[in-house]
Amino acid sequence: MARVVVDVMPKPEILDPQGQVVARALPRLGFSGVTEVRQGKHFELEVDDSVDDETLAKIAEGLLANPVIEQWTVRRVEA
Amino acid sequence: MTARIGVITFPGTLDDGDAARAVRYAEAEAVPLWHADEDLKGVDAVVVPGGFSYGDYLRTGVIARHAPVMTAVIEAAHRGMPVLGICNGFQILCEAGLLPGAMIRNAGLHFICRDQWLRVENTGTVWTTRYEPGAEILIPMKNIDGCYMAEQSTLDELEAEGRVVFRYVGGNPNGSRNDIAGIRSADGRVVGLMPHPEHAIDALTGPSDDGLGMFYSAVDALVNA
Repeated sequence: MARVVVDVMPKPEILDPQGQVVARALPRLGFSGVTEVRQGKHFELEVDDSVDDETLAKIAEGLLANPVIEQWTVRRVEA
Repeated sequence: MTARIGVITFPGTLDDGDAARAVRYAEAEAVPLWHADEDLKGVDAVVVPGGFSYGDYLRTGVIARHAPVMTAVIEAAHRGMPVLGICNGFQILCEAGLLPGAMIRNAGLHFICRDQWLRVENTGTVWTTRYEPGAEILIPMKNIDGCYMAEQSTLDELEAEGRVVFRYVGGNPNGSRNDIAGIRSADGRVVGLMPHPEHAIDALTGPSDDGLGMFYSAVDALVNA
């Protein structure tokens, strides 16, 4: 068994209105110096040893992310 | 003959009732299709209606795209069966790869619910032959994930090939690239749009009957086929 983390983020050139709203809220709350916020998704998968990196890439690209608007990374972490 | 047009219901679909009514107004038979159906009951065309299929979990349209009935729709569309995706249905067709691009959250983050003017940019699709080129129509729009996004190369291709079918007029409501409200497949048989023609089929209950032309267009094509 291993824990796999998949992070999905809007592509840099894609408008991220939710991230923009968070960025605009920060100065109102007294936090200065944050120049940009991008909002994405974080998935944690518990997988057994039979699941190889190629399969994980297919899961990320085929379901968890939409490659038209999002980019993704897969990494194995200590559970 | 009477055209038989399927209307899909997923868990969370809202507008299947109105879509079926619009099909009947256009003098076709509305055939209910369920998300778990693996065949299309011999229909001549399919409407993928709006709503929030599977609660919009993960991304709008993505879970529905993997439902058994969509496997059949994708196969049939590749053989040339006409398909219309409205709102969530448009999002599902994009996720399915039948139409290019994707919808993201509206610029401004508001759920926008209003009657919206559109210009009919292409009357060569199965779903738009009843309109005059450049006609402006008024139909309801109601969504929060209606901002059409695609890569610049895809947009250039859509524009060059006349595949933008509907464009917002009177200002861009949601940040959609090129004011795009609806597009078509290369063969003109698959069309998707965010606003709701099925809610504008009778002046008694909608802002106009401008949406009915989409259903009559398809019936014309099917009956004359």
